[in-house]
Amino acid sequence: MGIDLPLLWAIIIAFGLMMYVVMDGFDLGIGILFPFVREREDRDTMVNSVAPVWDGNETWLALGGAALLAAFPLAYSVILSALYLPILLMLAGLIWRGVAFEFRFKSDETHRPFWDKAFAWGSYIATFSQGVALGAFINGFEVKDRAYAGGLFDWLTPFSVFTGLGLLVAYALLGATWLVMKTEGALQHRMREVSRPVTISLLLAIVIVSLWTPYAHAEVAARWFSLPNLFFFAPVPVLVVLATGAILRTLSRDSNAAPFLLALLLLFLGYTGLAISLWPNIIPPGISIWDAAAPPQTMGFTLVGALFVIPIILAYTAWSYYVFRGKVRTGEGYH
Amino acid sequence: MFGLTALELARIQFGFTVSFHIIFPAITIGLASYLAVLEGLWLWKMDEVYRDLYDFWSKIFAVNFAMGVVSGLVMAYQFGTNWSYFSAFAGSITGPLLTYEVLTAFFLEAGFLGVMLFGWNKVGPGLHFFATVMVATGTLISATWILASNSWMQTPQGFEIIDGRIVPVDWLKVIFNPSFPYRLVHMTIAAYLATALFVGAAGAWHLLRGRATPAVRTMMSMAMWMVLVVAPIQIAVGDQHGLNTLEYQPAKIAAVEGHWENAPGESVPLIIFGLPDMKAETTRAAVQIPYLGSLILTHSLHGQIPGLKQFVPGDRPNSAIVFWTFRVMVGLGFLMLFLGLWSLWLRAHNALFVSRPFLRFTTLMGPSGLIALLAGWLTTEIGRQPWVVYGVMRTDHAVSNHSALALSTTLIVFIVMYSAVFGTGISYMLKMVAKGPTQGKEAERAIGQAERPARPLSAAPDNIDPTVRQ
Repeated sequence: MGIDLPLLWAIIIAFGLMMYVVMDGFDLGIGILFPFVREREDRDTMVNSVAPVWDGNETWLALGGAALLAAFPLAYSVILSALYLPILLMLAGLIWRGVAFEFRFKSDETHRPFWDKAFAWGSYIATFSQGVALGAFINGFEVKDRAYAGGLFDWLTPFSVFTGLGLLVAYALLGATWLVMKTEGALQHRMREVSRPVTISLLLAIVIVSLWTPYAHAEVAARWFSLPNLFFFAPVPVLVVLATGAILRTLSRDSNAAPFLLALLLLFLGYTGLAISLWPNIIPPGISIWDAAAPPQTMGFTLVGALFVIPIILAYTAWSYYVFRGKVRTGEGYH
Repeated sequence: MFGLTALELARIQFGFTVSFHIIFPAITIGLASYLAVLEGLWLWKMDEVYRDLYDFWSKIFAVNFAMGVVSGLVMAYQFGTNWSYFSAFAGSITGPLLTYEVLTAFFLEAGFLGVMLFGWNKVGPGLHFFATVMVATGTLISATWILASNSWMQTPQGFEIIDGRIVPVDWLKVIFNPSFPYRLVHMTIAAYLATALFVGAAGAWHLLRGRATPAVRTMMSMAMWMVLVVAPIQIAVGDQHGLNTLEYQPAKIAAVEGHWENAPGESVPLIIFGLPDMKAETTRAAVQIPYLGSLILTHSLHGQIPGLKQFVPGDRPNSAIVFWTFRVMVGLGFLMLFLGLWSLWLRAHNALFVSRPFLRFTTLMGPSGLIALLAGWLTTEIGRQPWVVYGVMRTDHAVSNHSALALSTTLIVFIVMYSAVFGTGISYMLKMVAKGPTQGKEAERAIGQAERPARPLSAAPDNIDPTVRQ
């Protein structure tokens, strides 16, 4: 067979995870911004702006897990048992914030502040855990006899804590710029204000991670600073700086969608930067996508479905976003 | 914790999280189809009572759905966190089935759910109905894939083992494995039945409080028709499923029946009650009916089924548990049949909405579908032990290398958190059920979700009904 199945699957999974990061990113971001918005009506508007779409956003995470199990069972088993605690923390966070979406509208006035807190805390914990998991992933895992051989707390390093904080900032920016696009009036104004320091913090975080990663990992540095890779890499930092500048510029104008779209671009750049740094390993530092691949019968069978169904999913997801286009107004209908 | 091994703790953790989870998808499957039927009837008959019921049940559906999504996410990751050797060994089969479930079902449900719940004034009625039907279809597709996966673990085929891991060779055989059709039909009907009993109990509860509104009577009537028709079908399907299990997993049936050995030429009795003792290899205090076991399981008077002693002790499922979980399921099944027949008799005498003993019984039966469903799953899953993939991989070879301490800690976290979160959610659902359907809300509907015109001053004040956003 001429088709490189592991390569195709690595691309599909990377695409699925990217969809997850940008889509659940902005609705997790809304939880992260909750402590900065006090008025109840504004909070309702914030939640209503994502209420019709958050289920779909989170489904990309389910796809990431399932596709990893299907295409790279070894990676799924090693990475998930290595990241046992951060993943459980992430799931716990997602549970709290997921039910808080519904519960804060169903509860009476005395309980609503509790569910507001659950929504915010859940978003913080889920995001931080994802960021920590990302940092631990970059750091790599100890593998012996095709199984995880490290300890229960190997994922906890200064680097992974930093990536956890970095992801909080990234999602906060997505959330804030999403709200700039979807709201108006005082809330929109507040989000413009919030976005500015968040953008600058994110740029700093990206710079620090970009320096820290090659500094701590010689193999990443080698991949970066060899030719012709350097040519492919060179535009990334330039584009990051340009995108950051453009976000700041559009925020100060009377723009709506531009800061959000630029924030998506910024996240995309950071994501590709990471992907290139780790390529072609699926269990860093030493196991490649070809070493961890499922049998071709498995990958082929699933590929047919993925290639056929994902475009349809993208089409009706886009339609759903189109149905709920435009500004969300204060108090506008939750069911 | 309590001297349990890491393996036992991992099994308890999986059993606990999956048991909590399955309640929500079961109700999701049932309610989604029910909502599609309600909306279809509303469009067809132009009777507002169906729209009132749709509005009522769709709110409960929304809360239930959210709990299903987040508790299900845990399951998608637990295979890797807790059962990493299983994932590495059999992920080449369970992974694709799960991926197809996400691709063809989860996205479909989530994608159209937004329109279904929030889109009344954003799309036309035809498109809205389409969205509801898509959500309902998604729930059924989801059941199909996950049951294909589970059934394959029960009755695996269509694969080879190469280099210590499973390689699929025939996907049609993998998916359409011998127990799949029975399990799929049995589970789908169970979801419908559990939902009908839940809806019926809600109707009965309101009728007992004298709220015989058209909407309440309609949902009561619809639920009782459903129970009447579906309960006997379920019993027949269950019987066939049992025969299939006898063919492919005889040890499970022996454990379920508490049947240890055959005397030559003797019929198998049916043990109604008893206490199977795994150590003493006998079922104590057995109350049995002669011939009935043969009759039910072999459909002949003198047929024999394998006894537990034919299997080495290490290969026997725990009869002390599955003997009882099975009887709970079957006992409730017959109570459901009785409920359906009673409702028919009362309906014929125009007393369906007034007979207080019947309404009380219907209210009590509200959770019975879910309890039977859980009991059935416990039977089939514990009955599969000591295998995770039947006859291919043992459960103790599947578990990750976590310590008992790590697993105890996470188990406690799960128990506390699930009780708090889902306990609250279930209580909200019941509170919403207790409010009952509101009648003729057209005026409110028009403004509730429109492009937000100024709300009429006459509209209800805040908090008269917190479920309707002001």
